Amino acid sequence: MNKESLRKAYGESLVKLGKEDNRVVALEADLGKSTMSIMFGNEFPERYFQMGIAEQDMVSTAAGLALTGKRPFLSTFAVFATGRPYDQIRSSVAIPNLPVVICGSSAGLSDFGDGKTHQSIDDIALMRVLPNMTVLSPVDAVETRKMMDAAIKCNGPVYIRINRNDLPVLTDPDSEYHIGKMDRLRDGKDAVIFATGVMVSKSLEAAENLEKQGISCRVVNVSTIKPLDAEALKANIQGMKAVVTAEEHNKYCGLGSAIAEALSEDRIPIGMVAVDDRFGTSAKNYDELLDAYGLTAGAVEDRIRRILAE
Amino acid sequence: MGNNEKIPYLKKMGAKIRANIIEMIPPGKVGHLGGSSSIADVLSVLYFDHMKGIDSSNMKNPDRDRLVFSKGHAVLAQYAALVELGFFPREELAKVKTLGSVLQGHPDIDKTPGIEAVTGSLGQGLSICNGMAMALRLDNSPARVYCVCGDGELAEGQIWEAMMTSVNYSLDNLCVIVDYNKVQATGPTGDVFPINDIAGRFRIFGWNVIEIDGHDYASIINALDKAEAVKGVPTAIIASTIKGKGFPFAEGNAAFHNAALNEEQYEECKRIVNKMLEEDCNE
Repeated sequence: MNKESLRKAYGESLVKLGKEDNRVVALEADLGKSTMSIMFGNEFPERYFQMGIAEQDMVSTAAGLALTGKRPFLSTFAVFATGRPYDQIRSSVAIPNLPVVICGSSAGLSDFGDGKTHQSIDDIALMRVLPNMTVLSPVDAVETRKMMDAAIKCNGPVYIRINRNDLPVLTDPDSEYHIGKMDRLRDGKDAVIFATGVMVSKSLEAAENLEKQGISCRVVNVSTIKPLDAEALKANIQGMKAVVTAEEHNKYCGLGSAIAEALSEDRIPIGMVAVDDRFGTSAKNYDELLDAYGLTAGAVEDRIRRILAE
Repeated sequence: MGNNEKIPYLKKMGAKIRANIIEMIPPGKVGHLGGSSSIADVLSVLYFDHMKGIDSSNMKNPDRDRLVFSKGHAVLAQYAALVELGFFPREELAKVKTLGSVLQGHPDIDKTPGIEAVTGSLGQGLSICNGMAMALRLDNSPARVYCVCGDGELAEGQIWEAMMTSVNYSLDNLCVIVDYNKVQATGPTGDVFPINDIAGRFRIFGWNVIEIDGHDYASIINALDKAEAVKGVPTAIIASTIKGKGFPFAEGNAAFHNAALNEEQYEECKRIVNKMLEEDCNE
């Protein structure tokens, strides 16, 4: 399957948006070669602000730029883009509902070598709990580009969670994209899997395997985690015997929690595949780490089989 | 207009700011009297003389000067000035910090006309001002940005990050005023968390620094004029002030950082501000 870099898509999109709209500015905390915001810096040095390794200052500075008519995009690793400057996001950006786009790069366990301080298993939780915040988690590079085009049209803050590693391209460049919509990538009639990010491809693999065992699964890419499309959620569970969620994030306060909250009055069993409330660790490659944390197609299959057997 | 002509007027406006602050904290209502009255004189010069484009009928003028209170808890002083400039009706003063009021406990851009940023969580205002100054420069705007910080607030690490950014980006369209009133919530700053030689610290970070008596109108005016003339670096005005200035029982007294007045104290404050307003400010 064709794989593509989401980080590169972020950088290219920044450049494109910068060409289209001179209000676009970018801020970076010394990780621009990794987040790829450097592409924007090379093209528009005047509108690129190197903030040093000072994420709190970076966030509030972006707020000042937004208050003065600019459209700031700030980026760094997801842990440093969310937890480190959490109060700056809350107070300077989210309370005044400013159009600041926060890119949490190398999100989830995708920075496999760097270990627990650099792996974000809590970024969705932190951003989702903030009123006014939109939380996006693209499945591939194609969707990342569409999200960037949509994010600049938002009138409030947006968090975009970007994977460090090249991921399979699962979406169609020509299909329509709207923030807040979920996307059915495979249909089925027994169970539905709501997945985000890297876990979408794992879920498609799981559905493929289950099909051979006579279990038919629907797979839905939930790339907008907030606001969650409750109507589409309800429509997707109609006639299903099980719901399984799959995400590269702690099992608390992520996609699975969001879906369980939304379906709390629906009588349908929900299983979650997520990080089991622990920090990350170093590994020699991404798949090895995902396996060690149970973020696999096999885990999704097991969960579905278990619920259906009960 | 020369200083001799405008100082009496600005003193009068300083008195009005203090009178309006008192109007917002009738007996039993908690408010930040100390840190609001220490900055009242600087605020009078900023709003009623120095800042350009402050116009309640054209609030979105892109070339207006910006003022951000990084020490957002002293927002009563800002409300006290903004009401005189017609940004909201005088009746709102009595409704401060009540449900549905346009005057919130801390600065709120959604609620209050004339407020430029959300602050209150300390230490964030200077970074916000840097962003504003960067944006104004990109737009070739002549507008200037003013940031009022508290001295206790300087314990926040983000302030020092922002101080480096202001210098790295040569933000000479930015001026910080430190309300150096030497008292914070739980006591004298020198006891709670000493930050010696504030001026020296700004200097070593690369700032142009001016030290003044923050209650002396001629000094305030001159410092703001000098700050505007300095190119290539941002300016910090360290304004030595008295917490609770004007109200003897509250002066230098941490108990009035954020407190309610009793009937007697309130009446005394009313007498004081009425006298200030009646005084011939030509002396």
